[in-house]
Amino acid sequence: MKYIDEYRDAEAAGKFAHAIAHLTIRPWTIMEVCGGQTHAIVKFGIDELLPKEITLVHGPGCPVCVTSVELIDKAVELASQPGVIFTSFGDMLRVPGTGKDLLSVKASGGDVRIVYSPLDALALARANPDKQVVFFAVGFETTAPANAMAVYQARQQGIDNFSMLVSHVLVPPAMEAVLSSPQNLVQGFLAAGHVCAVMGYTQYIPIAARYHVPIVVTGFEPLDILQGIYLCVRQLEEGRAEVENQYSRVVRREGNRPAQQIITEVFEVAPRTWRGMGEIPHSGLALREPYARYDAEKRFALTTHDVREDSECISGQIMQGVHKPSDCPAFGTRCTPEKPLGAPMVSSEGACAAYYRYRRVAG
Amino acid sequence: MDTNFTLSCPIPISDYPNVLLAHGGGGKLTNQLIARMFVPAFSNPALDAQHDGAVLSLLPGGAGSLVAFSTDSYVIHPLFFPGGDIGSLAVHGTVNDLAMCGARPLYLSAGFIIEEGLPMHMLWRVVQSMQQAARAAHVQVVTGDTKVVDRGKGDGLFINTSGIGLLEHGVRIAPQSVRAGDVLIVSGDIGRHGIAIMAVREGLEFESAIESDSATVADEVMQLLDEGIEVHCLRDLTRGGLASALNEIAASARLGIYIEEARVPVRDDVNAACEMLGFDPLYVACEGRFVAFVAPQDAERALALLRGQQRTQQRTHSSGAQSADVQATRIGVVREDHPGVVMMRSRIGASRIVDMISGEQLPRIC
Repeated sequence: MKYIDEYRDAEAAGKFAHAIAHLTIRPWTIMEVCGGQTHAIVKFGIDELLPKEITLVHGPGCPVCVTSVELIDKAVELASQPGVIFTSFGDMLRVPGTGKDLLSVKASGGDVRIVYSPLDALALARANPDKQVVFFAVGFETTAPANAMAVYQARQQGIDNFSMLVSHVLVPPAMEAVLSSPQNLVQGFLAAGHVCAVMGYTQYIPIAARYHVPIVVTGFEPLDILQGIYLCVRQLEEGRAEVENQYSRVVRREGNRPAQQIITEVFEVAPRTWRGMGEIPHSGLALREPYARYDAEKRFALTTHDVREDSECISGQIMQGVHKPSDCPAFGTRCTPEKPLGAPMVSSEGACAAYYRYRRVAG
Repeated sequence: MDTNFTLSCPIPISDYPNVLLAHGGGGKLTNQLIARMFVPAFSNPALDAQHDGAVLSLLPGGAGSLVAFSTDSYVIHPLFFPGGDIGSLAVHGTVNDLAMCGARPLYLSAGFIIEEGLPMHMLWRVVQSMQQAARAAHVQVVTGDTKVVDRGKGDGLFINTSGIGLLEHGVRIAPQSVRAGDVLIVSGDIGRHGIAIMAVREGLEFESAIESDSATVADEVMQLLDEGIEVHCLRDLTRGGLASALNEIAASARLGIYIEEARVPVRDDVNAACEMLGFDPLYVACEGRFVAFVAPQDAERALALLRGQQRTQQRTHSSGAQSADVQATRIGVVREDHPGVVMMRSRIGASRIVDMISGEQLPRIC
C-alpha cells in the first residue's frame, strides 16, 4: 500500500539496524512514549534487529491504560443508569474497573455504544433528545481537539442532553514524572509523533535540557522507529541532549495552531490521577468554567467510592519503564486479555497486550 | 466421554455471569463456550472432531458412503451490503462449511425468523438472492421453517441454514490429517467481507465501495479433489479471519504453522481501511475464502488449478471490477516445532506469534 509499505521495507530496515549497531558503543535504555509505538516495535519485531546494548522500555502513552480506576467506575455507574446512552471509543470497553467493565454493563442491559468520533456522540444526542448522551473523553493531546470541538459545538447549538466524562492526560508532565522517579532507568526518549503533530515540540526543549536527555519526535512505522532510535543513540553517544524531529513529514515545530486554540478554548490544565502512577500535577485537562455544565461528573450525582485496584498488577512500574510485562508474575497466567488484572493487558496500545499477543513463545 | 448432567451441575463457565457479544465473536471466548459447555454436553465422535461440519455414516457399522452435515445461523446487520445480502450469505456459508469437509454440497434447509414489520419486498429480495445463490452452488433448498417474532424482538431477519453433502473422495480432510511439510494456500485476498460490513454499518466512505467476498468455494474445492490433489485440511475464513482459522488447526493438529506476512494477500483498499480503524486484516472476516493444507508435492498443481478456476469464474461472472487480485497464494508451511502455535515472519524479517483474538476487534482510540 502506498505510503505504508515504503516504511515497512525489509532491506531499508536492515540498513538502519546495521547503522545503529555501528554507532552503538555503550549500553543505553530508551523509552518509546506512545503505546502505538510499543505495539509496532513488538509486532514487527523491531527490537530483535537492535544490538544487545540497546534496551527499549515502554512508556505511559496508552490512554486506556492510564485512565484511573475511579473514572472507569464512574463510567460503569453512568452507563448503568436508565435514560443514559454511554458512548466511548471501543478500546475502553474491556478495561476492568473495581467491579466490572463497560462490556459487562452492555451485556446486562446498559446502553453502551462505540463511536469513532465525539461528534458522532453529539449527533446521537441530537437524535435522542429524551436521553442523556455521555461521551467518555479519554486520550492525550491527540484526541483533545476533537473532544473539545464536540463540547464547543454542543454549546453553540444548545444541545443540553450531551455531556462528557473527562479523563484527558498530557504527555510532557508524565515524561517528567518518569525522569524524576528515583527508580528511573530512561536515558533517551522517542516522543509520541501524533501528540507532537497537535502540540508541536517546543514543550520538550526545557525537559531535554533540565534532565539532560535526548528527545526524538518519532513516527509509528518500523522505519520511523528505527530512524528515531538511530538519532537518539547518536545523541547519547555524542553526549548531546536535544530535541530532534524524525517525523518531519507530519510534525511541525509549532504544531497545529487551530487545534491548540480549540483545546485552550474548552479545556484548562488540571491535576490528574494516572492509573498505576498516582496523581501528577498539571498532567490533565478539565473543562473550563463556561463549559462546566457539559461535565458529566457535575451533571450526575455519582456515588463511586471504595475504589479498588488489583494489588498484583504492576502496570505502574511497566509504564514507567522499570519493568517489562514479562517480568510480572501474573503475566499470561492470572492476567490474560480474557481475564485482565490491569488495563495494559486489554488496550490495543497496552504493553502487556502487545507482549501477550506477539511474544509468548517467540523471543 | 460419559457425562451425566443433572440440574445441580455447576455452570461450566464461571468467569462471566452473562453472555457477552464476544462469546459469539469467533475468538477465544467462543472457543471456551464451545469447549466447556457445548462439546461436553453433547459429546460424540462426530462432534468432538470440531470441524466445520460433521462427517457421518448413515448405515450401521460405518458402511456405505459418508455424508457431511453442517448448520449455521445468519444474524448479519445490515441485511443488504455491497457484494451480497443475508440470503446469499446464508447459502454460501453452509455450502462452504460442507465443502470444507471435502463434501459435494447437495441439500439445504432454510429457517426464517422474521421480525414483525419487515417490509415484504425486502424479504422477497432476500429469497430471490437465496434462490440464485443456491442455483449457482448446485444445491436445492428442500425443507424450511418460518417464524415471526414481535417487533423489537429480532433484528429484521435471522436465517438458519443446514446442509447435507456427499463425500465422493476417500480422503480424510481434518486437522488431524495435517503433516509437517504441508503447504498453506489461501484461496484469495482476505478481509473484504468484514470491512465491507464495517463500512456500511459505520457509514465509512471510501473512494469506491469495498464489496464483500461472499461466494461459494465448493467448485474450487471439488476441482482440487477431483484432480487428486492430496488435500489434508480445509477451513473457510469466516469470523475471526485467517488468524483464528490457523490457530484452531495448529491446536488440533499439534503442529506449528509458519506464515509470511508479506505473502498474505490483502487488497490495498482493505489494508487502508484496517490502518484507519486499527484492525489487523489477519482477524477480519471473509465469506468466500478458504485455506488449504496441501501435501508439498501437490502445492504447485493446486495453485495452478485454483488460479485457472478463478479465471474461469471471472469470465462467467464478469461483474467483479477488481477481481484480478482474487488469486490463490502460497502463504506458509507446517512445521514440527512450536506445536499449537502460529508464527509469522514480519515484513521487516523478525518473527512473532499470531495469537487467536480474545473477543471482538475493537476500534482503537488514536
